[in-house]
Amino acid sequence: MRGSLRLPGAGFPIVVKWLKTEPLAGSELVMDKPSPFFSNLKCRECGQLYPKQAIHVCDFDFGPLEADYDYAAIKSVLTRELIESRPKSMWRYRELLPIDGEPSVGMQVGFTPLVKADRLAKALGIRELYIKNDTVNYPTLSFKDRVVSVALSRACELGFKVVACASTGNLANSVAANAASAGLKSYVLIPADLEQGKVLGSLVYGTNVISIHGAYDQVNRLCSEIAGKYGWGFVNVNLRPYYAEGSKTMGFEIAEQLGWQLPQHTVVPMASGSLLTKIHKSYKEFLELGLVEHSPFKIYGAQATGCAPISHAMKRGTDIVKPVPKPDTIAKSLAIGTPADGYYAIHSMKQTGGCAEDCTDEEIVEGIRLLAEYAGIFAETAGGVTVACAKKLIASGQIPAGDSAVLCITGHGLKTQEAINGKCGVPRTINPSLREFEEQVYNPDNASAAAQ
Amino acid sequence: MPSVLIPTPLRKLTNELDTVQAAGANISELLENLDKAFPGLKNRVCDENGTVRRFVNVYVNGEDIRFLKENATEIKENDEISIVPAIAGG
Repeated sequence: MRGSLRLPGAGFPIVVKWLKTEPLAGSELVMDKPSPFFSNLKCRECGQLYPKQAIHVCDFDFGPLEADYDYAAIKSVLTRELIESRPKSMWRYRELLPIDGEPSVGMQVGFTPLVKADRLAKALGIRELYIKNDTVNYPTLSFKDRVVSVALSRACELGFKVVACASTGNLANSVAANAASAGLKSYVLIPADLEQGKVLGSLVYGTNVISIHGAYDQVNRLCSEIAGKYGWGFVNVNLRPYYAEGSKTMGFEIAEQLGWQLPQHTVVPMASGSLLTKIHKSYKEFLELGLVEHSPFKIYGAQATGCAPISHAMKRGTDIVKPVPKPDTIAKSLAIGTPADGYYAIHSMKQTGGCAEDCTDEEIVEGIRLLAEYAGIFAETAGGVTVACAKKLIASGQIPAGDSAVLCITGHGLKTQEAINGKCGVPRTINPSLREFEEQVYNPDNASAAAQ
Repeated sequence: MPSVLIPTPLRKLTNELDTVQAAGANISELLENLDKAFPGLKNRVCDENGTVRRFVNVYVNGEDIRFLKENATEIKENDEISIVPAIAGG
């Protein structure tokens, strides 16, 4: 089924594909007309309303535009039972995502495991610990598949044929893969010094990888200029209001997987600060819709000390985020010196009673190893940041030892092997000889060797 | 004369031009002159105190003026000034 929709200002009908895939249970209300739930874009600063186009900032004060919903309409249809009846993907919360028709990109994304990590809890000194494990998110092993799934589904609705992004790596991988599967042409712009795994992890999908001499913030500026000149759909520029909402699904899933309750403490890595603000929004939306009971919850932000503009502002007690001109950390995926959502991330932490922490490169490596050795999860450097900061927050008592916490682990470790190469030991190499094995590896008569 | 890249949200004020020329020894002067040529532009970029708004970044040849001398940052004849809304990424 196809329909056409004349967008204000577009000057020509945009053909929108509806019902490209099987509709989700209960979605008949949103099948063949604009969503009755996703109403407008709205300036987060002044509240000015805008049509649901490829725009991202307010004409009046440059405030970020955000998806606005009719929560009363959503509340009238969305129940725990309806959500639970749907396939286990992020689209089970589709009424709370900003597209009009059926999702067309990334139907399998999300619903990653929430792992109860008892051994890691003991190692970090807390009663109960869960890992929201987006290292196994589909298809590119990071939480970015969530945001890209929404952005590209909306890009298709708006008629874009070329999609693009500014990225520190994970987003590039996800745009490249999801655009390939959707048949969209893509360009990904990245800083020239990214890890090889992230570069190859984009190139393989046949995208156009443009490597920029400069830091991420310079890549971002260039992308904004390109987006203003050409009619491309930049997922984190002119499609940002749609893109950013995808992050909420991580919070929705955490609450559902905890048995429809909010976690006492949630630790989130921060680059631009967007993920943290969206997890906060997801918890508030579930509360407003009555899908979870009111209970105290606190949200904490984690950064690398080598690029910690949000954490440092929070520790100074201000919401004025001083940009970092030259980020210097192995956590390249968090190395955004001018975090666009830093201001809002600080307010989310303050409103919930949480705080921010940052950690050194050595602590990041230790964090990666702790997560691997005590929970069996291999995370990229951002995951090391989250674990290391959680460890400090627990040790300082800011997260009480008797409580329960969730750590958001956002990307897979195979993407940032350079960070730990040579820091986890080396394999012992022997000849295919039982004698050598017993002499050098395992001797049943030698208890200390057996314990290795 | 320095050239100024105008972001999409401000092009309604610049007759849809994406690049304009404007004089000025520093960013403050340049914004004043831009406002004379395109009334209302300064109020969109700056708050009531004349400070560049929280969600706007201004660059001189790719350098964020927050790392230079903010509104007092000097401008030379062939400089390229970019006005860019803050954007998230990762």
